[in-house]
Amino acid sequence: MIVRSRESLVGRALLVLLMAITVLPFVSLFVTALHPAGTYPSGLSWPEDPQWGNFADAFGAANMGGLLLSSALIVLGVVPVSLLFGTMAGFAFGHLRMPGHRAGFLIFVLGLTLPFEGIITPLYYQIRDMGLLNTRWAIILPLIGLFMPFSVLWMRAHFVTMPDDLSEAARVDGAGTWPLFWRIHVPLAMPALSSLAILLFLWTWNQFLLAIVLVDDPAKRTMAGALGAFQGQWGTDIPLLCAGALLILVPTLTVFLIFQRRFVAALLQGSIKG
Amino acid sequence: MSAPSTGRRARRARRPGAAWLGWLFAAPAIVMYATFVLRPLLLTVQYSLYDWNGIGASTWVGLDNYRRLLTDSELFASILHAFELIVFFSGVPVLLGLFVAATIRTIAQSRLAVVARTVLFLPQVIPLVAAGIMWSWLLSSTGLANELLSAVGLGDLTRAWLGDFGTALPAVGVIGAWVLVGLCTLLLLAGMSKIDPALFEAARLDGAGPIREFFSITLPSLRQEIGVCVTVTVIAALASFDIVYIATQGGPGNSTMVPGLEIYYLAFSEREIGMASALAVALVVLVLACVLPVQRLTRDGSR
Repeated sequence: MIVRSRESLVGRALLVLLMAITVLPFVSLFVTALHPAGTYPSGLSWPEDPQWGNFADAFGAANMGGLLLSSALIVLGVVPVSLLFGTMAGFAFGHLRMPGHRAGFLIFVLGLTLPFEGIITPLYYQIRDMGLLNTRWAIILPLIGLFMPFSVLWMRAHFVTMPDDLSEAARVDGAGTWPLFWRIHVPLAMPALSSLAILLFLWTWNQFLLAIVLVDDPAKRTMAGALGAFQGQWGTDIPLLCAGALLILVPTLTVFLIFQRRFVAALLQGSIKG
Repeated sequence: MSAPSTGRRARRARRPGAAWLGWLFAAPAIVMYATFVLRPLLLTVQYSLYDWNGIGASTWVGLDNYRRLLTDSELFASILHAFELIVFFSGVPVLLGLFVAATIRTIAQSRLAVVARTVLFLPQVIPLVAAGIMWSWLLSSTGLANELLSAVGLGDLTRAWLGDFGTALPAVGVIGAWVLVGLCTLLLLAGMSKIDPALFEAARLDGAGPIREFFSITLPSLRQEIGVCVTVTVIAALASFDIVYIATQGGPGNSTMVPGLEIYYLAFSEREIGMASALAVALVVLVLACVLPVQRLTRDGSR
């Protein structure tokens, strides 16, 4: 038992160290953001006169209000549609299992490892030809397609665990396939759906490549995409840049802290299945 | 097993139109996927066989772009850089994650570990762009990294880590490792919690130390979780873009140029669509070539 307690002490120390390494960059960012604008503060020194106004300045400089709205619109465009289409296809491949469902599903699985860079060039020309360049649709529509493999895989994994008897009973009662899906299976799929919703929200909000390639106007981008433009514009003013970066972190961090249990569970399951 | 399943199939078959109904349900997903993923993917392959500046006429060049990929030292270097990043993005998080998870396994249910779950996940939640900005500041010439070095008397080592030809790529790797180490640790810890505790007890009774215990029980039981960690991190390394774009933009020189960034520059600044597409095809193939064997190796044993 002595061995055990010494081990657990080492474990605790190690865990604290790892947490410190994780948190340190955030602390450094925060402390730097409080220094007078335009200075080059060193490391972790607490400023003599904390400039809380930097946050207000960054909020204005980055047009944060507009950005929040833009990101929210993009998330609202991507997540509900992805959930609906992914669930329907997951239901088809996992529960209806029509002839050819294996082949159909396999085509989606193949898309799981696809790096976005692999298709970004033709995607640009395709979006241009559709006349959608520099609109939020340029981010929304491709993201729905790009998230489809994961959404379908995720929902199929849920539907294959549902017993067939459930549907048989409903069919005896005369329910058609759509009511069976919408009234019985979707409500039962809520836990899987909400985890998927969290992951899709996070990935949309943090999407960078599509935002900088397909949308020139930072005010129509995702948060992450706008942060890139903000860095280009204010890159030399370190405290202001740090304040802006922190502000951009606030929305996801808030959502994360509120839903943290579900978040962690979703991300862990997400990587296992993905 | 076979009797009920044939029964089910028989009942299915009696339902007219079940087949087209199933495909109808899958149709919206297929349409979106085909339009915004499969079509561009096929076009990437097509573009890669042409010389095109994106505006004028395109010229068929066959496999010339691929030939240039292998002979042009700058382009080929970007692929080598991506492999070097695997060491940091995959090697460090997986090994460190294994070590930490094995050490904290016994306290996995404690209050501290519950807090740690939340804290270690923070890098996964923030945009990679933000991680890039944070770390470019930490690793700058007046940043925290250099200050710590000076404080412990290693002032001679200080430098602008991301601006130095020798250290820029490893410095980018450190950022990636920071982002991924928490995820790997928690994935591996979750896997360890599924191992029967009786196995550890038995090992202890037989006099096995922590190291023996790790190699004979923990490691073999974690095959699938390790596979997942390696898969996720290798994809993150090969397809890295956000961090490099923010932290170094491929520089100094081309010392941190990675395929993702090179594709972006080729396609949207240098207007070499064909070359960008050939590199894109190579990247997609490389990712598959690295990920499929890992999946095969780690899934077989557990099924």
